[in-house]
Amino acid sequence: MSNNSSCMTCGSGGLCGGKGLVTLKEGVWTSNPLAIQVLGICSALAVTNKLSNSLVMGAALLFVCVGSNLFVSLLRKHIPHRIRMIVEVAIIATFVILFNEFLKAYYWEMSKQLGPYVGLIITNCIVMGRAEAFALQNPPLVSIVDGVANGIGYGVPLAIIGFLRELFGAGQVALFGWTLELGSWYTPNQLMVLAPGAFFVFGVLIAIFNVLKGDDTEEGN
Amino acid sequence: MSDTSAMVILIAAVFTNNILLSNFLGMCSFIACSGQVETALGLGTAVTFVMTLTAMINYAIYHFVLAPLQLGHLQFIVFIAVIAAFVQLVEMIVERFSPKLYFALGIFLPLITVNCAILGASIFVIIREYTFVQTVGFGFGAGLGWLVAIVLIAGLQQKMRYSDVPKPFVGVPVAMIITCVMAMAFMGFAGMVTIQ
Repeated sequence: MSNNSSCMTCGSGGLCGGKGLVTLKEGVWTSNPLAIQVLGICSALAVTNKLSNSLVMGAALLFVCVGSNLFVSLLRKHIPHRIRMIVEVAIIATFVILFNEFLKAYYWEMSKQLGPYVGLIITNCIVMGRAEAFALQNPPLVSIVDGVANGIGYGVPLAIIGFLRELFGAGQVALFGWTLELGSWYTPNQLMVLAPGAFFVFGVLIAIFNVLKGDDTEEGN
Repeated sequence: MSDTSAMVILIAAVFTNNILLSNFLGMCSFIACSGQVETALGLGTAVTFVMTLTAMINYAIYHFVLAPLQLGHLQFIVFIAVIAAFVQLVEMIVERFSPKLYFALGIFLPLITVNCAILGASIFVIIREYTFVQTVGFGFGAGLGWLVAIVLIAGLQQKMRYSDVPKPFVGVPVAMIITCVMAMAFMGFAGMVTIQ
């Protein structure tokens, strides 16, 4: 890896400034893993019945994605092409286990609520997809940026869905002892917390994203 | 939990606790190939088969190897390895002995490794502390439930092609809305039988 004066670790000239920003923007907005590419939605739908759950899940994905991206990228020249999938899965699973054990040790209640969905981050297409499509071709530092970007790009929509579902489903949102209440005029709609609400809110959210993103293409037609 | 009969668990896994509609597992492959009923049927069959057997294998590994050795935290990595190896094995066996079946199922098999419903079923079995017989019932029921849901929605999506969907909703969003209605319909089964 040839060192660059402005950029010690990434190696290919000005990556952190130039490509880093582009990578960040891509992950968070233009090719948002959840809303644009529609990847990893199993967990996105399952854990978003409460805002706090959504945030923890977002943090979990951020951690796993950054960790696996970093290590896949560090090992990218040593992983034989034929078995790269299994290596990626092993790396991802290691980070998922780390996070799961941490959750069990310090936040037992949260761990119980999230149930199997933390473990299922292993099969989350986002993490696998980033390792395969990005980290295998790029140096470590920019891979971390990509992991952060995709973690945020996953976590933010998740938090939005979680917020809306808890707000309309329970009539109030509780987070760190701070509560937002809709008041007595609103009758909580249980359906929002249950499965159909998840599908509904997610569908509408993607539609809104489509409107925000695809204005020009629509006018062109 | 342990006195529920396997049959009840099977029925509950198909209807009241459908793995796709109430646990949201296996959504990725569902989005990727839910346009065709035949495709959905093929994928669903493959998932049912793999899910039943991997749930059994993983049950055995967890209770006879991992738990006695206090290695419970390794379950994720072991389970995913078992699933990947099993899928590969099935692929080879099917290819060798039944080329016809291989062409029907073959293309779906590699997809299954990353289907979260399969890993999910194995993890549920451990979390809910099923016995072996219950595990068989749950694995098969969950697979069947996934098959039913994906085939029904594929049928609806085929019809949707001729509908005038509002532009921003075309594709995934409308599929989500259909699934929402489907999930509501399946909630009608709630109370029939209950598992946790």
